[in-house]
Amino acid sequence: MNIQLNALQFTLVVALASFLAGMLGSLTGLGGGVVIVPLLTLVFGVDIRYAIGASLVSVIATSSGAAAAYLREGYSNMRVGMFLEIATTVGAVSGAFLAAYLHTSIIAIVFGLVLLYSAYASTQTLEGLPAGMAADRIATILRLDGSYPTADGFKSYHVRRVPLGFGLMYVAGVLSGLLGIGSGAVKVLAMDQAMKIPFKVSTTTSNFMIGVTAAASAGIYLRRGYIDPGLAMPVMLGVLAGALVGAKILPGAKVRTLRIVFGVVIAALAIEMIFQGVRGKM
Amino acid sequence: MRVGKGGAGLGARVDDKGVEIFLGKMLRWGVLLAALVVFGGGVCFLAESRDAAQNYRTFRGEPAELRSLPDIVHQAMALRPLGVIQFGLLLLIATPVARVLFSVLGFGLERDWMYVVITLLVLALLIYTLTSRNGV
Repeated sequence: MNIQLNALQFTLVVALASFLAGMLGSLTGLGGGVVIVPLLTLVFGVDIRYAIGASLVSVIATSSGAAAAYLREGYSNMRVGMFLEIATTVGAVSGAFLAAYLHTSIIAIVFGLVLLYSAYASTQTLEGLPAGMAADRIATILRLDGSYPTADGFKSYHVRRVPLGFGLMYVAGVLSGLLGIGSGAVKVLAMDQAMKIPFKVSTTTSNFMIGVTAAASAGIYLRRGYIDPGLAMPVMLGVLAGALVGAKILPGAKVRTLRIVFGVVIAALAIEMIFQGVRGKM
Repeated sequence: MRVGKGGAGLGARVDDKGVEIFLGKMLRWGVLLAALVVFGGGVCFLAESRDAAQNYRTFRGEPAELRSLPDIVHQAMALRPLGVIQFGLLLLIATPVARVLFSVLGFGLERDWMYVVITLLVLALLIYTLTSRNGV
């Protein structure tokens, strides 16, 4: 953007854009973070390191802000979340370590690729799990199986393929630490696809995990001076307000349609990120 | 900490709905407090420098006093607007850490020692990343 905004105008415009990002991120379970970095870099011309710092903060705001609403609904599975959190926090430390050594153009390209994957994932239909699945041995030992509320009362489910899910969660953690995102798409992939956890449960459990993973990276980023208060302020407040509104309307939302719409937006941003990264403009 | 009905291998447990509601409220208040501090700092920041040109195009990195925990607390105490915002962001970072801390207690109340250990491991990792010099 070539228009020179003063501090007040910049703050208001960034806050409004962040509000929309937070609402869509909360509704789709992908997190506001996936669009904050492309939004700040491509639209507002912010250096990718400041953008990652602000995004990381907004990711925590999304997670903790929406958690209160989710916890009342009782969708999340705390055992699954906590067990997998070992993988994501170790991954986040690895990712934050990598971020210090990689050129910003490479980070932009990786970011674009992750965004493209997120866009693809958001269009996949994940509803309708096969009924009557057998219990998994590791999941049984770790007591990961649970139940969640549906229109017909509580419905129980079995958790599958724990090692695959754990491995994918490490990858999610690395991406979170490297890119300052919540890696909601990879977390939901691990829980939905690999571990066969029902969509509402994986989305809300992922929401909890995102905050913990982001907190693991945030301290490191703060010390590196990537978190600018003047930029993080409107991003955090905007995303938080958006996430709260999103969580309020989630139970009645047409999640599938929203995922497709959000997916298209993300894909467009992804291609632009990769393009700018390849040109070395990041 | 939802007790799975009909799930395999589940023993008798203390009802943990109370813990969940407490956690939810605690998180909400923590985030609200962080947001208020950030907002307050933001208003002061904009009142002081509303017409300042924004330049986030070039990366310079934050000055030392906005990077480490003791320095940020010091800046916030002195009511420097940017220090106050940064302090609010620290409070926000603390909310997931607090949730993990209380989850340790929650699993302890359920006498689920395996998950007490798992949760303590996560907590230790978090504390390490938040206190290690220059991260990692």
